[in-house]
Amino acid sequence: MLTMAMRSGGLRGTAVRWLLSQRLRGGGGGHHRFASTLLTAQQKPYTHIQRGNFNQVEGEDLAVFERILTSSGVITDHADVDRYNQDWMGKFRGQSTVVLRPKSTEEVAAVLRHCHQRRLAVSTQGGNTGLVGGSVPLFDEIILSTELMNDIISLDDVSRILTCQAGCVLEQLNTYLEPHDLMMPLDLGAKGSCHIGGNVATNAGGLRFLRYGSLHGTVLGLEAVLADGTVLNTLSGLRKDNTGYDLKQLFIGSEGTLGVVTGVAIEAVQRPAATNVAFLACNSYEQLQHTFQAAKHHLGEILSAFEFLDEGSMDCTTANLGLSSPLQTPAPFYILIETHGSVQEHDFAKLEGFLETVMSDELVVDGTVAQDAGQASALWGIRERITEALQHDGTVYKYDVSLPLPVLYSLVNEMRSRVASVATRCVGYGHVGDGNLHLNITSSEPNEELFGLIEPFVYEFTAKHRGSISAEHGLGVMKPHHIHYSKPAEAIHLMKQIKALMDPHGILNPYKTIV
Amino acid sequence: MSLRRALVGCKRVIDYLVKVRVNPQGTGVVKDVKHSMNNFDEIAVEEAIRLKEAKKLEEVVVVSCGPKQSVDVIRTALAMGADRGIHVTVDDTDKLEPLAVAKIFAKLVDVEKPDLVIMGKQAIDDDSNQTAQMLAALVDWPQATFASKVVVSDDASKLEVTREIDGGLETINVKVPAVISADLRLNEPRYATLPNIMKAKKKKVDTKTPEDLGVDIVSQLEYVSVAEPPKRSGGTKVESVDELLDKLKNEAKVL
Repeated sequence: MLTMAMRSGGLRGTAVRWLLSQRLRGGGGGHHRFASTLLTAQQKPYTHIQRGNFNQVEGEDLAVFERILTSSGVITDHADVDRYNQDWMGKFRGQSTVVLRPKSTEEVAAVLRHCHQRRLAVSTQGGNTGLVGGSVPLFDEIILSTELMNDIISLDDVSRILTCQAGCVLEQLNTYLEPHDLMMPLDLGAKGSCHIGGNVATNAGGLRFLRYGSLHGTVLGLEAVLADGTVLNTLSGLRKDNTGYDLKQLFIGSEGTLGVVTGVAIEAVQRPAATNVAFLACNSYEQLQHTFQAAKHHLGEILSAFEFLDEGSMDCTTANLGLSSPLQTPAPFYILIETHGSVQEHDFAKLEGFLETVMSDELVVDGTVAQDAGQASALWGIRERITEALQHDGTVYKYDVSLPLPVLYSLVNEMRSRVASVATRCVGYGHVGDGNLHLNITSSEPNEELFGLIEPFVYEFTAKHRGSISAEHGLGVMKPHHIHYSKPAEAIHLMKQIKALMDPHGILNPYKTIV
Repeated sequence: MSLRRALVGCKRVIDYLVKVRVNPQGTGVVKDVKHSMNNFDEIAVEEAIRLKEAKKLEEVVVVSCGPKQSVDVIRTALAMGADRGIHVTVDDTDKLEPLAVAKIFAKLVDVEKPDLVIMGKQAIDDDSNQTAQMLAALVDWPQATFASKVVVSDDASKLEVTREIDGGLETINVKVPAVISADLRLNEPRYATLPNIMKAKKKKVDTKTPEDLGVDIVSQLEYVSVAEPPKRSGGTKVESVDELLDKLKNEAKVL
């Protein structure tokens, strides 16, 4: 953290905010030691990407932006722009020379109107916590940051609909909702830094997707600005509205390529009066699957999370972050189960019934139940901080796939044998309850031989089992050319047509998602 | 040689991660929130169990004074490895003061005849830090408070206790039987494992009332009012370094 600040030339306004945002994030700091010095465009496999036929930002453009945004909204000092050019993992690095920070939808619209007319490429950025290189430019795209658009507009206590600007940090929204006994319907490790606009643009899944569902369901209204500056306001507070095509669904998961999300109306959910967290150990993946079935059977309506991590993930977290395993004996698989409900006695009785079953059926060999909120938080920490722990190995090859449950872990096993001699680690963890695996292979430095062993095998395996090559992280700059592994040509063709219709000059997040 | 029996005190308090709010009447705090075992008592329970695992102690008996939900805290201790529990039922813990608790423990010392009484140094709700000390005086036993390390002598006749004091660490020897109060760095409590959580359901918990023990728990103190500390004035965001410097110089006056 301090290294970045010193490289920025001492404590300047934006670096201070960045330092604070680092502290708000659940833990991370060490990853910037391994920040890539190479631009993305200089790294394989991105070297073949040509800069699009866009104009370059000139003095007149900057003057226009300064008129629209006032001086604090335009950053051009190289040292200050630097951190926006670099992604969270230190893997992707762009060459932008200007960051724009609008405060309102009107400012975003005016900026895009100008960029559309001048054919200037734009890369929208929220909390910059994305994991597929979608949040930073590839070349000199203007970075459009939502960090100053963090006003909460309203909360309807009865309908529970929260309306806010796109730059609100997820954790900030949770804190706001807490005294109303409500919480956000999604939760993810990046909550201390990610913006709700970014969550919506990537259709973020997260840790409680199993219970509260997708943003496609919980987002009730959106305000977005189209490439030509048109403001599309469908910010409604209605649960049901079948009047024409549901346009907001296009923007959710579009990764900023169809418009810039500026406002969100989302349905907050009841903050549970009773939360229970259990951490279990299984001796085989088969036992893990049976445990999942038992969890759905016994816990059903109160189950809010069913996460898994393998022994490799636990080893990485304990070794790299100095945390300790909550269980005495190591096991090949660990499960974190969480329940959310309204009455603790009832929920605990259900949990006890479930635990008795899995223990007597010998599906689970060891486990613990958090006795207080501190233990619950520590158990979640083991799962949530794996991503951070992996960064400490140096280089992380990160994959996020959806696979049928029975074969989900086979991918990890097969990959592990493939990369055994070259990789530091090959681990699997994730939202197994959603059929979503996070496969990570690490090495101390980028390694072309290792990369060749990983890709395209990982995509071919996924395609063979009719899975998704990106369950929740999105395509970013990393996977646009791999969509065909998971979607038919006709679908890809229609996506390209929609992109061309909505962004005829292709200025919104070029080189990403649909190319 | 080992100690025969330890009484371990544990109190049910509002969970330390809960944001405590004053009730609308200004007479106390909102109680309808998550409760758990007082953190320092958890450390005391852990220490007793470790002594038992090291074969320096035979039996761990946990004691909690409180309403019927206090039995949850006893169950947690049993799940960590304690042998049995005693629940002294007291409906309104707001009016239960350290002296009354000390008197209850003094009576239990008479009945159970432990070699050691260990409890957290203070409860995180009232921060009194009095019960262990008062108990030691009532039963005329030596006390070793703010313990960060406990070593039982080979013949189990005395304890070498390292105490955290303002100037650093002080090590004293106390004869058994003694009262110990646990401080933060004494140990890191374990997670209760599933097999033990299941076993805990079968362990014995006796229920008694203060009357059964012949103890009068009438309160000597009266709460006059409870209020939140004055709110901090809000911070402001600055737009530039110059503005920051200006505010640091002219408003905060720290430059």
